[in-house]
Parts: sequence; structure tokens; C-alpha cells
Amino acid sequence: MDTITLYMQYIVNGLTLGAIYSLIALGYTMVYGILKFINFAHGDILMVGAFIGLLVYNGLTGGEGAETGAWTLTAFFIAMIVSMGFCALLGMAIERIAYKPLRNANRLAPLLSAIGVSFILSNGAAWIFGTQSRRFPYPFENEPIHIGAITITPHQIVVVVVSVVMMILLTSFVSKTRMGKAMRAASLDQATSMLMGINVNRVISLTFAIGSALAAVGGILAAFDFRVYPSMGTMTGLKAFVAAVIGGIGNLQGAMIGGVLLGILEAVGAPLLHIPNGMRDTVAFAVLIIVLLVKPDGLLGKNEREKV
Amino acid sequence: MRILDTEHLTREFGGVIAVNDVDFHVEKGLVTGLIGPNGAGKTTLFNQITGVDKPTSGKIIFDGKDITGLPAWKISRMGIARTFQNIRLYKELTVVENVMMGLHFKVGQDPFHHRFSQAVKSYIFAGRENREVYRRAMDWLSFFEIEAHAQDFAGSLPYGKQRELEIARALAAEPKLLFLDEPAAGMNPAETAHLMEVVDKIRGLGVTVVLIEHDMKLVMNICDNITVLNFGTKIAEGTPNEIKHDKNVIEAYLGKEEDE
Amino acid sequence: MLNFFQLILIYAGIYAIMAIGQNCITGYTGMLSLCHAGFFCIGSYATAIICKTFGLSFWFSLPVAAIVSGFVGLLIGIPTLRLKGDYLCIATLGLGEIIRNVATNLNPVGYNSIPRATLFGYQFASRNKLAFIFLIWAFVLIFYILFQQLAHSRLGRAMIAVREDEVAAQSNGINVTKYKISSFVLGAAVGGIAGCLQTAYTLTVQPGSYTFMVSVMVLCTVVLGGMGNAKAVILGAVIIQFISYLPQLTGLTNVIPAQAKQIIYGLLLVVMMLCRPQGILGRDKYRYGDPRTRKEKLHDFFVHPRKAKGGKV
Repeated sequence: MDTITLYMQYIVNGLTLGAIYSLIALGYTMVYGILKFINFAHGDILMVGAFIGLLVYNGLTGGEGAETGAWTLTAFFIAMIVSMGFCALLGMAIERIAYKPLRNANRLAPLLSAIGVSFILSNGAAWIFGTQSRRFPYPFENEPIHIGAITITPHQIVVVVVSVVMMILLTSFVSKTRMGKAMRAASLDQATSMLMGINVNRVISLTFAIGSALAAVGGILAAFDFRVYPSMGTMTGLKAFVAAVIGGIGNLQGAMIGGVLLGILEAVGAPLLHIPNGMRDTVAFAVLIIVLLVKPDGLLGKNEREKV
Repeated sequence: MRILDTEHLTREFGGVIAVNDVDFHVEKGLVTGLIGPNGAGKTTLFNQITGVDKPTSGKIIFDGKDITGLPAWKISRMGIARTFQNIRLYKELTVVENVMMGLHFKVGQDPFHHRFSQAVKSYIFAGRENREVYRRAMDWLSFFEIEAHAQDFAGSLPYGKQRELEIARALAAEPKLLFLDEPAAGMNPAETAHLMEVVDKIRGLGVTVVLIEHDMKLVMNICDNITVLNFGTKIAEGTPNEIKHDKNVIEAYLGKEEDE
Repeated sequence: MLNFFQLILIYAGIYAIMAIGQNCITGYTGMLSLCHAGFFCIGSYATAIICKTFGLSFWFSLPVAAIVSGFVGLLIGIPTLRLKGDYLCIATLGLGEIIRNVATNLNPVGYNSIPRATLFGYQFASRNKLAFIFLIWAFVLIFYILFQQLAHSRLGRAMIAVREDEVAAQSNGINVTKYKISSFVLGAAVGGIAGCLQTAYTLTVQPGSYTFMVSVMVLCTVVLGGMGNAKAVILGAVIIQFISYLPQLTGLTNVIPAQAKQIIYGLLLVVMMLCRPQGILGRDKYRYGDPRTRKEKLHDFFVHPRKAKGGKV
């Protein structure tokens, strides 16, 4: 394979990865937009989503050995919907219990609380499911398709299609519906939207629900590539957070673009720069810190300054 | 004699010009008022001079030295102190601790020692230094007649007292020039009257005062000079009497005042 | 049983020292840093390398551990401390992991059989826990006194001003950047010393033991006791270690899952924030304005304990 096709292949892989990052980054960005705080537990919600999806799917199909066909595909979508519902409720519950009472507290308080929630979720999962990683079986024949010299697997197509559908749904929800408009209003100015008769508490609950549901989808899609294990949310969550920052935190389009950009950068950059496997995470963290330092406002974010 | 001059001071925020080519002058020992409608750029001007924010262009000369673009803490050490429009006290600390913060660079700084050795000295002899800082902080509290509240939390003081505490904290640094950003905002008439006495007392200490204020009675009564800003531009300056009769000011500002 | 109590005391001491460092960063200056495990790691590695590779004394490694992790703290601090709350938290989390990754790649197996520390000819052997309890708690006492003095000096007050309101602090002539970095470096150096002491006790260093969990545990210690209150932080360390050894103490190691303590730490963070954000002991009760000199205070403390308690004017 010549170099150009090789890199085309990396870009295709990166696109898949990026779609997943985008879905998760949306949750970070939506919460930040309204509450101006980073939901540390978001990465762990995606882990919970992956586990629930796996449990439901295995429950419906009998797991690994099942013959792929229409039923496994249906089961996969049922699993995804159940997991989305579960995570939406989980996200709302977390917000209600651990963040809402702290909305007017010291700025460190919700952050510490979020770290606590993240710890509870990841260790709780380790307790219930054990620390070993599990494979998420493909609900369809995963025979690679060759287009020229480039190989695309059906699961990559599913990942991209599902992510794009989710993003279109979200965008039209936010721009067309009343609740979506309320969400945008609340992220611009909470006090004023309250005066305009918007139930800000409900908007925030909904934001967490949507963000967590998207994380559940992201978790299930990520499970194909990364397997399912209790600490899977940490690294994936952090990278998605970087994606949100690259795009400009608080900005929905930014999160989508940032996710795809990061996915491609990761897939192309690692082999291009010959980064050894053991150093991948180190490089990822270094990129994270550099992004935070150099471009904390991101590509599409606006510069926020404190009023004196 | 002038203590402060700004030359062509301009501050833009992404296309919006908040302060436009302003030459602002402050005479030593006098009380200067800075007035103008909401959004005229008064606080922005304060922020540029006190180093909280950096000007886009122009120059700030304080006491013969160019202080343009210096960090706030350096400007503060050169003798400019300020209060804030939305009170910025250390709310969870006690009243006396707030004033002690104002004395940060007044006690324990020895011109014959290097910074680091000063810090070591402050650390080792903290007890002795604290007693000195405490004594001086208490003096300032009695100057403002709030020494009885010394051990209360700053956030628990009534609003008017919080404003005065903020002034006390600023004065503790013994500034040459004191900026007050809407000191009477939210005060009742009795508190405002007391504030006027306080500003008089401060003038008596030889401190030059610049204040932003919307209360016209207060401004006309205590200011020696007044500068008027509108849409970021200086439209007039002079004595209260001159300002009262200035055509531009009446048009831009006092006319609006009647509507409110 | 007694064995476990002694272990708890040893680790409570080590964590108390770490927490005193974290308290300087988070409690005094208000920066939420999540890389204390990294400084702990650097201190441990420094000690292991000095004692094992170079064969030098433990007492020499002690200041070196402090200086090396303080220096790394400086390198990390200069760029990152400009970041505000949430971003700083994530950046430091990343840096903590980078430190651990680098350490792992440097020496994946760690160090074993590091020479013991000696003092006046006495060898500190791991099996003699009592000696270690004295050694480590002597350090706790020293750092407690040093940081209490800091908190109630001009320097500590400036740090607290930065925590309360950066803009106001600047306007009071406080060089915010300088105080943030100094406080971070100090906290890092103390974290390094804790690592050094731990190595002297375990005599082994493994990169696997400096995970993010350690950082959260230290943070939890500070939050549990009371941010900005050195005494409270030491109490927090004892409680946290007690929780950590609960399965062994109750003999229920088989019943209680390994994750239980981490879940409890997470719960503690959430519950403390919701119900008692100021911590068990709350804020530092110190009030300025006590006219007594240090000598008189000490006299009162020992001769009239009751009067010493109400040292308020």
C-alpha cells in the first residue's frame, strides 16, 4: 500500500474515532454552556452506558455466540435506546443530587462533588461488573468492505451513521423546538431567562438528560473499538473534553468539529510521529495541556472575561 | 499640580470602543468626579488606570511616571488604590483581616533587603509583624468608626458598612490617589451623608480622590473638579458650576437624568 | 489488630504530610490541583535513586526529594497556574498522569530493597513500626508548625487573599502569580517529602502505586478535615486511613469488596460538599489581635490551658 492510501485509511479510522468523541464532547459542552462547570462524571456516564448496552444486548441475544441477523441488529438498537434512557435518568439524578444544591456555592464545590461522583461511578462499576474488560459483540457481519485500497468495516459505517443522526436530531431540537430555544436562552443568561418565564431547573435537567443519553450512545459505539471496562470512561472522556475545548467549550457545532478534528489528528498523528504505544497517553495529555494553554477559547468559542 | 494624566487613552473590546481617546486629568489634593450615563466607559477608564485591564492605546502618567500596561499589583504599590462598583471584599474573612490585606506591602517591606529575604523575615517574625499590622488595621477601622465589628465576617456587615470597609482597606495602603467606583450606590440618605463626611476626612489626609458617582447632589457638593464622559468620549471638564451649565452635558446627561 | 493500628498511624502520617502540602495549594491559595500523586511519585523515585543507585544516606535524599519535586512543581506551575478553576483541575490531572507515565517508562519494575534509613546508628527497619510512627509523626508535627506559621503570616494572608478574590488581591498590591506559584511549589515540595518518607518505610517503589486515586485520596483528606485548616487536615488523614484499613480491622476482607473504600471516598466528597463544605473542623479559628507574645501564649497553654483556648480579645 502506498503512503497516500495508508493515510487515507488513517483518516477513515480517525473519522470513526472522531464521531465518537463528538458525541461525548457534546455532553461536556452543553453542560458547560449552561452551568459554566465541567462535569467530571461525564466520562463515567459513558462507561455506564456501555455496560448497560452490553447487558441488554447480551440478555436479548444470548451474547457472543449469537447468529448475526435482523434480530441482533434490532436487539442492538433496543439496547442503545434502553441505555440512553437509563443514562438520561442517571444524568438527571446526578445533577439533582450532587450539583443542584451547589449552584450558588463556592466555585470549587461542584467540581469536587463531580470528582466524587466520577469516583463512585467508576468504582461502583468495578465492584458490580469486575475490572476485566469485555468485548461488545458485533450485531452484524463485520466483513470489511474494500473501496480501492481502503478498507472500511461495517461497524465504522454504523458508528458514523448513528453519530450523524444523533447530531442532526440534537441540532434540530436545539434550533426548532421551544425547549431547545429555552436551552439556548438559559446558556446565554440564566437570570434573564428565568424572568422570561423559562423554568431553568427543568432546562438544566434536560441538558443533563440529553448529554448523558448522547454519552451512552458514544459509550456503546466506543465499546466496539475499546472494549467495555470500568475505567474506560476516563481516557475517552478526557479526550472528548479536549475535543470540546478545541471546538470552543459551550458551542455545539464546535464540539462536533473538535471531535472529528481530534479523532483524525490522533489516528494520523500517532503513526506519523512514530509515537510508541506506551507514550500515547502521555502525548494525549500533553496535547490536552497545550490546547488548554494556547487556545482555551477554542476555534468557535468566544472570549469570556470577568466583569470587574 | 497634576498627579495623573491620561493621553489619548483608548480601549476597544472587539470593535466596541469603550474608552475613546480620553485625556483625563487629576489635580493633586482635590476631589475629582467622573460622571456620565451608564455605559459611558467610566469604570473601564478606572480599570485601565489601576491596571486591572490594559489599554488598547494611549498613555497613563502617574506622578511623573509612565504606568501604562503595568500589572495591577505594581500600580497599587506605586500609590493608586481603588474600590469596586460591585463590592469586592474578602467576604469570608473578618473585617480586620480585610484591612490587614490592604496593608500587605506597607509592613514588612524593607528597602535594604532583597524581596526573598524580606519574605523570609516576614515568615520568621510573623508574630511581631502581625501585631504591627493589626494595630494599624485597627487604627483605620476606628477612623471609619467600625472597630466594633473588627472580628465579624466582612460579608455579614450591612451594605453601607461594607462600602466603607472597602474604602478603609484601600486607604490602609496609604495611597496618593484613591479611586472610588460608585461609593454611594445602594446607600440610604443617612449612609450617603456619612459617606460625604468620610470623603472630606480622606481629603483631609492629603489623599487625592477620584470618584465615579450617579448621585448628583453628592458629586456637586464634594467634587472640586468634574469630568464628564459619554459614549467613551470626554465631553466636558471643569468645576461643578461650569459643568452644571455646560450645554453638552445637559444634552447628553442631565436631560436623561430627568427621565429616570 | 495492633499491627493494623500501627499501619494506620504510619500511613495517616504520610498522608497528613501530603495533605498539608495539598492544603497549601487548595486550602490557602484556592487552586484545585489534582497532581499530588505525581509529586509523591517524584519524591519516592528521588529517594530510591539516591539511596539505591548512588548509595547515599536517606537524610541526604530528604531535601533532594523536596527540591526535585518543588522544581517540577515550578516547571508545571509557571504555565498552568494561569488557568482558571476547572481547566487547572484537568491540566494538573493530565500532568499527574504524565509524571506517572514517564516514571513507568523510565523504570517499569520500580526499585526494590532500598537501603534502610539510619539515625545515630539506629536502623529503621520496616518491621519496627513504632520507630516509624515516631519518625513520621515528628515530620507531621514539624510541617504542622511550619505551615501554621505560614498561614498566619503576611505571606499566608496574601495566599488567602488570592483564594478569596484575585482581582481584589491585585488591587491590594499582591503579586497574584508569584503567590500562586510559590504556594504550588511549596505544596509540591512537601508532597515530595511524603514520598521520601513512604519509601523509607516500604523500601520499594512501584510506578503502579501513584495513580490518580492517590491524588483524589489526598484531596478527600483535605476536604474532609476542612480546607485551609492544617489541624483539620491531619484529622482528615487519620480518618481516611482508618476507612482504608476498615476491612482488615474488622476482619471482613473477604466480604468488603476492594472498591468499597474508593466508593466511600467518592461519597465523602459529595456528601461533604452538600452538607458540610467547610469540613469536619471547619475553618481556621485563628483570630488576629491577640496581644500576647509567643512566650506568653506558650506559658498560658501549659499553665492555664483554659485561658489559652479562648485566646480572643
